[in-house]
Amino acid sequence: MQPLIELEKRQVGEEAWEEPFFLNMGPQHPSTHGVLRLRIELEGETIVNCEPVIGYLHRGIEKLAETLNPNQCILLSDRLDYISSVANNVAFALAFERLMKIEVPRRARLIRTIVSEMARLCSHLLWLATHALDIGAITVFLYCFREREWLLQIFEKICGARLTHGYVRVGGVRRDFTPEVVEELYEFVRVFPERILDYETLLDENRIWLKRTKGIGVVSPEKAIDLGLTGPSLRGSGVPYDVRKFRPYDAYDEVEFLVPTGKNGDTYDRYKVRMQEMRQSASIIKQCLDKLSETEGEPVLSEKAPDLLLPKMRKEVCPMLTPKGKVVFRTRKKEIIPKGEAFASIEAPKGELAVYVISDGTDTPWRLRIRTPSFVHISAIPYLAKGHMIADLVAIIGTLDIVLGDSDK
Amino acid sequence: MEIIEALKGLKEVRSLEEKEDAWVIWTERELTLPLMKKLKELGFNYLIDLCGVDYLNYKSEKKNFRFEVVYHLYSLEHRILVRVKVGIPEEEAWQYSVSHIWSCANWLERECFDMFGIKFLGHPNLKRIFMPEDWKGHPLRKDYPLNIEGEEEWETYKKLVERHKRKRGDAATH
Repeated sequence: MQPLIELEKRQVGEEAWEEPFFLNMGPQHPSTHGVLRLRIELEGETIVNCEPVIGYLHRGIEKLAETLNPNQCILLSDRLDYISSVANNVAFALAFERLMKIEVPRRARLIRTIVSEMARLCSHLLWLATHALDIGAITVFLYCFREREWLLQIFEKICGARLTHGYVRVGGVRRDFTPEVVEELYEFVRVFPERILDYETLLDENRIWLKRTKGIGVVSPEKAIDLGLTGPSLRGSGVPYDVRKFRPYDAYDEVEFLVPTGKNGDTYDRYKVRMQEMRQSASIIKQCLDKLSETEGEPVLSEKAPDLLLPKMRKEVCPMLTPKGKVVFRTRKKEIIPKGEAFASIEAPKGELAVYVISDGTDTPWRLRIRTPSFVHISAIPYLAKGHMIADLVAIIGTLDIVLGDSDK
Repeated sequence: MEIIEALKGLKEVRSLEEKEDAWVIWTERELTLPLMKKLKELGFNYLIDLCGVDYLNYKSEKKNFRFEVVYHLYSLEHRILVRVKVGIPEEEAWQYSVSHIWSCANWLERECFDMFGIKFLGHPNLKRIFMPEDWKGHPLRKDYPLNIEGEEEWETYKKLVERHKRKRGDAATH
């Protein structure tokens, strides 16, 4: 019997087979994690070329930020990576603090570290849930959302919001932890490591999971750095780069944690790295909670922190000496945000989030540049997807952990 | 440190200055490519960020050029952050592409082109990334309005609405 392809070739003619087949995946596709569109060139079911098209969610956050003062900018950052918005808040606040030379109180730094790690857990849990769902393991989804819901409820107790927190302010945080929150976090940290075991029993040796993730989307360490991959996606290839260790911010220099890395740089290794990271996050939260009791009653907002509403330009009356020796009072313009530039980067759950601010002395930044991890990760999809089957594209999008609100700004 | 000495020794570096968070390098546009190649050889293998800045009507400091392209480079080995700044004049808004040195520069340069209209010479696929391809103007330029008086619609959207209306009109008459 003749193979089917040969038969079809004879029926439609040899020439027809030479033409590439184009397929649009997205922008409304459940596995693209948002409004990502992929223009795929196929040969049979194998991907020859793939071109991501983004911009469907572009809101012009960088342009908007040029009209808002620092504390208002932080509220914009919630809308970047909406799954872990506190992490974005911290990045923005850090950049402005470096510019305005504000020292953050220790209690506020510890609280920020706790909420950043909670955001990391939220993000990783949602990633695991959707990634497993995309590949076909539905049960994990239900388990992950149970813990994520718990975390969101704790967030609600901390700041009153579940998704767009806006909890961090330039110079500290908005309000202190209540004793109930600390108690509940202790309970969460006690229970959570066992729950991670639950997820791992479902996936670690699952035959389908192994077949779908091992050897898919392999990146060598050198290529991963070249492509600009950061966060767990880079560490899966064995490069131990972590901003928390390399350029510590907040209270990360006070706590002890490991940076898990993978070996093969495939989808499975990146999954293992994220699972280990969740354990480390739980341990960091616990260490910070212990330290938090030492700083009971201390302020959580620096005295130099800027007000929520700033004047456009402050005028200052100052005495000046004329050449004849008379004292005259003159008004002078005073800087609201000091002139200059500052760069801050944090280890957001998805990778390195960098903020670069330039100020000209007024109350609004002259330029605010955001380097988001998802944007760079999406640009790596064509390299990772080349030569794989179309079904594996879903696994590759999932393993890079992208959010389109993050990439489209 | 050795690496800083090596940076000082490069003839492409116009000025080197230590700031709190990074070492700031100023260079000229013509020297960008040789400098970047040498920096990569020195171990700056990770391009964190590439962005444009518009200094139109910038009051607090005298600027020779309207635009600036700012590169943030990091060396994983030496753990040093370097910020390279290149001035770009308004009349000739173009810069050499570094996408063949760091792959991740490809999209970052496309974004810079989309937002500022700075063309990158030698870029393999220079087209808009966030805005639609037939969009007029470059949004992050300072002379691009944030608010406009009255209404102005995107041409393509207008055509789409008209076509849709015409179709519905046809269906109603039948």
